[in-house]
Amino acid sequence: MTGALQRRDLLLFAVIAGLIVVVVLRAPEYMAANSVANILSNWGFLAILALGQLVVLLTRGIDLSQASVLAFTGMFLALLSQAVPELPAICFFFLAILLGAALGAVNAAAIALAGLPPIIATLGTMAVIRGMIFVLSDGAWISSHEMSEAFKSFPASQFIGIPNVFWVALLCMIGFHVFLAHFAAGRNIYALGGNPDAARYAGVSKVRTETLVYVLSGAVAGLCGYLWAGRFAIAYTQAAEGREFAIIAACVIGGVSIAGGRGTTIGAVLGALLISVLETALPFLKISPFVQLAIIGAVILIAVAVNARAETRAGRQILERSSPEGRAEP
Amino acid sequence: MNARLVRLFASWEAVLVLLLAGVIVLNSQLSPYFLDYYNLIDSTLSFSEKALIALPMALLIIAREIDVSVASIVALCAMIMGAAGEAGASVAMLVATGLAVGTLAGLANGLIVSALGVHSIVVTIGTLSLYRGIAVAVLGDEAYTTFPSGFSWFGQHYLGGLITVEFVFLVVFVVLFGIFLHFTIYGRRIYAIGTNPDAARHSGISITRYRIGLFALTGFMCGLAAILLTSRLGSVRLNIATGWELQVITMVVLGGVGIAGGTGTIVGVTLAVFLIGLLTFGLSLVNVPGIVLNIYVGLMLIGAIALPKAIAALRRLLRS
Repeated sequence: MTGALQRRDLLLFAVIAGLIVVVVLRAPEYMAANSVANILSNWGFLAILALGQLVVLLTRGIDLSQASVLAFTGMFLALLSQAVPELPAICFFFLAILLGAALGAVNAAAIALAGLPPIIATLGTMAVIRGMIFVLSDGAWISSHEMSEAFKSFPASQFIGIPNVFWVALLCMIGFHVFLAHFAAGRNIYALGGNPDAARYAGVSKVRTETLVYVLSGAVAGLCGYLWAGRFAIAYTQAAEGREFAIIAACVIGGVSIAGGRGTTIGAVLGALLISVLETALPFLKISPFVQLAIIGAVILIAVAVNARAETRAGRQILERSSPEGRAEP
Repeated sequence: MNARLVRLFASWEAVLVLLLAGVIVLNSQLSPYFLDYYNLIDSTLSFSEKALIALPMALLIIAREIDVSVASIVALCAMIMGAAGEAGASVAMLVATGLAVGTLAGLANGLIVSALGVHSIVVTIGTLSLYRGIAVAVLGDEAYTTFPSGFSWFGQHYLGGLITVEFVFLVVFVVLFGIFLHFTIYGRRIYAIGTNPDAARHSGISITRYRIGLFALTGFMCGLAAILLTSRLGSVRLNIATGWELQVITMVVLGGVGIAGGTGTIVGVTLAVFLIGLLTFGLSLVNVPGIVLNIYVGLMLIGAIALPKAIAALRRLLRS
């Protein structure tokens, strides 16, 4: 099983590398320093969000509210930096995670405690939180000159020439990997998604595990909200709107099963990388940005098809499968 | 078991009727313009098109499938109809084009889901990008605005000066879908598939055929919605129908269709359509901005699903 997963990751990596080579042959300036910085920060945002989505998908859930949490946190902190300009950068960092986690806890309460289907609960909070941004800001845009220097300094600056967003994403990736692979709470996430009944008999708490994943997903979305507002030096109501599907697509491309229990951090961040490379490469190839969406759609479908074949080959089937495996509601 | 289910549905729709009555009373208190016949009939324009997609979506969800690409299918149909209009197509040709493109797009969804054997949400997230991507790639930042003169009948005409053509379409299709789901063998089989796919298959129902059929039907209704929308707006741009997928799913779920499959009624979905439509219309009369309306719809969605669960939990707690 581990071997199959590694093969899939290698294949995905080869596809990404091939894509980059093709782009660089046509347009060498794609590897220019500022273009690479752009790719890495684009990847950073998508990867952080995809990691949060990964742990949710592993439990057979789904979190559609991430983009709204991102925009809400960004707006809240931007307004805070306007009101309290002397607040240091580190405060924003932790407040972002806390605020995101608190919003994630609302999802957790609705799903783990009240027993709402995840897709319904997060569809609801997605709309409510997006509306709250408008209430909070009165529909106004908070732009660069209204934010404090401390607020913008960390997300906009670089470490050895690479945007800080990338380094945060890298840390998140390592953190999530260690957590999922080596901690009991992380293994429980796989257990719950793989076989809820068996997990229950083994003493895995469904409520606790589900609470954990939605709080985690909210926390990383909140973190991204701060980085986003700081890096682009703008906070507005529609920030990152419609990004929820790209996040889920990154996971799906990386081989994360929507039916739960299957998926790795490496897969999720590679999926995010493929989308980021596609999104940033098209302008260099002189391909109209309007074609971008169609290409990403085609890539998602191809990835789904490849993953579906890999999954059916993974085990020998004795009885004909009546319906696609799992079929648990997302 | 059956009697209990019936009671559950009855109480669910009773909740919706109560909510609807509450919304009407509240809105008529808030604004004197709410209970005006022409205002009300105009307000139906804002939700009729989405409601037409909510009907087949209800069938899909009852059969344990979902289609999140519906808004993109609408965009694709609208784009091709716009291009056909620009090329001088007649009204009949435009209608045929819209319905054909929608049906084909839905059919493709159904075939891909069946061929790959993965959950339909994954496949339709892909086609969501693909279909709108094709529309956007052709449209760019241009707009199609040339349509034959008779085409405006669908979205802008009032029958006898009293009732919009769009609303008549909605009523007719609500009745058709209601009969199809609740009074035919096909409808019973859709419930059977959603309740227990294995049992359904073993009793001789071709799940694959139903799945493909339902996706094609959803595409057809998206085509119809695209005809009405394009006719009403008179122009096609790349952002046409954005965000509709989630609004349509909200209508269906608020209408009491269980996301786990096998439960839900057309009456419930219809009530939810009016509930959301009238709430949105009433609050917009008192100048509540559209994005704030989302808060109320979102809260209603969570509340409506959580309330029965909370009551049941409380009852269990009291009994024990």
